[in-house]
Amino acid sequence: MMAFFDTDIGFVILTLLKSLALIVPLLIGVAYLTYAERKVMGAIQLRKGPNVVGPFGLAQPFADALKMMFKETIIPAGSDRILFMMAPMITFGLAVVAWAVIPVNDHWAIANINVGILYLLAISSLGVYGIIIAGWASNSKYAFLGALRSAAQMVSYEVSMGFVIVTVLICVGSLNLNDIVMAQRHVWFAIPLFPMFVIFFISGLAETNRAPFDLAEGETEIVAGFFVEYSAMSFALFFLGEYANMILISATTTILFLGGWLSPIPLAPFTWVPGVVWFLLKLFACLFTFIWVRATFPRYRYDQLMALGWKVFLPLSLGYLVLVAGVLEVFGWLPNA
Amino acid sequence: MSMKLDRAARGLLMAELVSGMALTLRTFFKPKATLNYPFEKNPISPRFKGEHALRRYPNGEERCIACKLCEAVCPAQAITIEAEPRDDGSRRTTRYDIDMTKCIFCGLCEEACPVDAIVEGPNFEFATETREELMYNKAKLLANGDRWEPELAKRLELDAPYR
Repeated sequence: MMAFFDTDIGFVILTLLKSLALIVPLLIGVAYLTYAERKVMGAIQLRKGPNVVGPFGLAQPFADALKMMFKETIIPAGSDRILFMMAPMITFGLAVVAWAVIPVNDHWAIANINVGILYLLAISSLGVYGIIIAGWASNSKYAFLGALRSAAQMVSYEVSMGFVIVTVLICVGSLNLNDIVMAQRHVWFAIPLFPMFVIFFISGLAETNRAPFDLAEGETEIVAGFFVEYSAMSFALFFLGEYANMILISATTTILFLGGWLSPIPLAPFTWVPGVVWFLLKLFACLFTFIWVRATFPRYRYDQLMALGWKVFLPLSLGYLVLVAGVLEVFGWLPNA
Repeated sequence: MSMKLDRAARGLLMAELVSGMALTLRTFFKPKATLNYPFEKNPISPRFKGEHALRRYPNGEERCIACKLCEAVCPAQAITIEAEPRDDGSRRTTRYDIDMTKCIFCGLCEEACPVDAIVEGPNFEFATETREELMYNKAKLLANGDRWEPELAKRLELDAPYR
């Protein structure tokens, strides 16, 4: 059997199986993330959240999905039809594609490539295309404004995010996600690099267009931003893409700062728990914080958003990068040196 | 100077943000205010102005004497009354219609009525699928009165000291 998987065709089949094993739980996770969001936001606002469809409302995501499927896909008259239909596919596709390199346990990644973190950065940067194309192809002023905002925002926060990642990389000495996690055997990077952890998380909120940085959607000013004109499944794909991106950013945060699949205390009763469980627990904690932040803070004004990105996060992350590099150099802790 | 430093430190350490998040986390665990509506209902005041009803005396005689005060006072002009003497000589309505789509539920008809005939009951769940069903006639209003009489009487009694 193992010999079969070593052949070319076997490798393709194995990769397909692996992808399936990743995508199916991911999609279910996305569906239940929408449910979790409504429940958590409800609880914070002293409401109960969905509780009618199925026990505790657990069938709600499927009811929503069915509703979306039976709706009519409306293509505006002035829109660019091909681009209009492509945009949600790009957004959703990219959100899923990035998962190829995420290790959920030791070497449990579809592709354990040596430039994993670069790949992640590249894919998340490409995500802005889906949004720009959606805004452009809709041929609507609100969609266009939303797309412009979103593009500017994602570009701004990518810069400080890049510096945060570089800070982690000089501590690890490798771009491989597996190595990055293993470098946190003794201490999670969230502790020595705490300010970077916070900056990364907040930039992640901005990167995924989540509240309080959801100006791209801005329901109160530009209706729903880049996806005003979308309906039915094309809308659902944007929605799924947004939530898949949330999970992706949480997974990246977990890998870069929270020690991935490593147990919090490297001692006997904790190490018996499978790595996947630790990974998922950390992931859930991050996702909960995403929702919690959304339920707590009001939306930023656009100039405040830009000021925060360029005038606060950029100098802070740059300064901390220099500091970390200096400390590593002075004490001779640089890896591979 | 120290004020500025204080503000800068608070900003950098995100003191306000963290305290805000602590507040929302506390409310996360608080008991919920949600009412499971069709299964649970709020208590309503005896003065609640709901669906209209025409009441009867205990002997079955309808209270309304066709004085048309309610028709006159109705600010939405939702009430239409026609009346003529009955065979036994008493003055009764031959037609008593309320257009529930016009009604603003102000309760003035109830206040104007000298014999407590027209009242607004506790029922607020009378949504219909067509507009026509909301054009109440005398039969419908009397039926409402028969259906809700025990509660209507109780409500009037409870509210009597304040009238």
